[in-house]
Amino acid sequence: MTAAVDMEQTQATPSSSEVVAEDRPWQTVVWNDPVNLMSYVTYVFQKLFGYSRDKATKLMLDVHHEGKAIVSSGSKDKMEADVARLHAAGLWATMEHTS
Amino acid sequence: MKPWKRKGDLVHADIDRQEAAVLRGLVSQIDDMLRARIEETPQDELAELTGIRTGPSTSPDDPILSRLLPDFHRLDDDNPSKADLDSAAVLRSLHEPTLLDLKTGVAAVVLETCPMYGGGIRLSLEQADAWLSALNDVRLALGTAIEVTEDMPDELPDDDPRSPHLSVYHWLTWVQESMVQALSTP
Repeated sequence: MTAAVDMEQTQATPSSSEVVAEDRPWQTVVWNDPVNLMSYVTYVFQKLFGYSRDKATKLMLDVHHEGKAIVSSGSKDKMEADVARLHAAGLWATMEHTS
Repeated sequence: MKPWKRKGDLVHADIDRQEAAVLRGLVSQIDDMLRARIEETPQDELAELTGIRTGPSTSPDDPILSRLLPDFHRLDDDNPSKADLDSAAVLRSLHEPTLLDLKTGVAAVVLETCPMYGGGIRLSLEQADAWLSALNDVRLALGTAIEVTEDMPDELPDDDPRSPHLSVYHWLTWVQESMVQALSTP
């Protein structure tokens, strides 16, 4: 990801915001890419998932620093829909079985 | 162009003639690529009977289209599983027609609302979101074409053929960033 303006980069704490539960067999992963803007990715997470600005920012920083973040989890149908919406927004998203 | 401003449910900015020409040109090119992908999709008798549209099951060969229309699973590992390959094919064929509609839809919003010879742009919040997606698609396409990296310098050497494209890319980045800021501060 990239920032249009210089911003102080804080190290994200590892994966505390990742959403995993046993009854949620699938998860949606967003991957880092060099084009998408940090501000835009945060905006998309808030808009698509209704996440708070803090949570959306945390997930965005995970993507930026860790290379990926799990942004939602649930049924296969739900994750399909989430990935489709993220693709429409231009984010690089995939879905996978919860390991 | 000056930064986007938001006033209630209205997002506005002025764009000059040359900027409008560049932006409209790029959005039209992406739109053409997406429409070519739609047209190469085989006509399916079953789809016509059932009304359920299906798209191609494999990723486009073109790296730009491939970035705009990603797979549903990571398949770029050394050895993706057969289950993932099969599932990605099914999911692409199921979802790609809608994704193409959405992407040509946001391109259409930009082409309808960006004055051909420059001037004022006045957008509803919904139209502004369409602009954000369309700007992002153009940046993804251009970024893929000039192989942008995270530590890309602001300027490339003059003899680098990508140099003028990088300037446009940085301008588009600024336009998008400014719009996110305007939308994030009601």
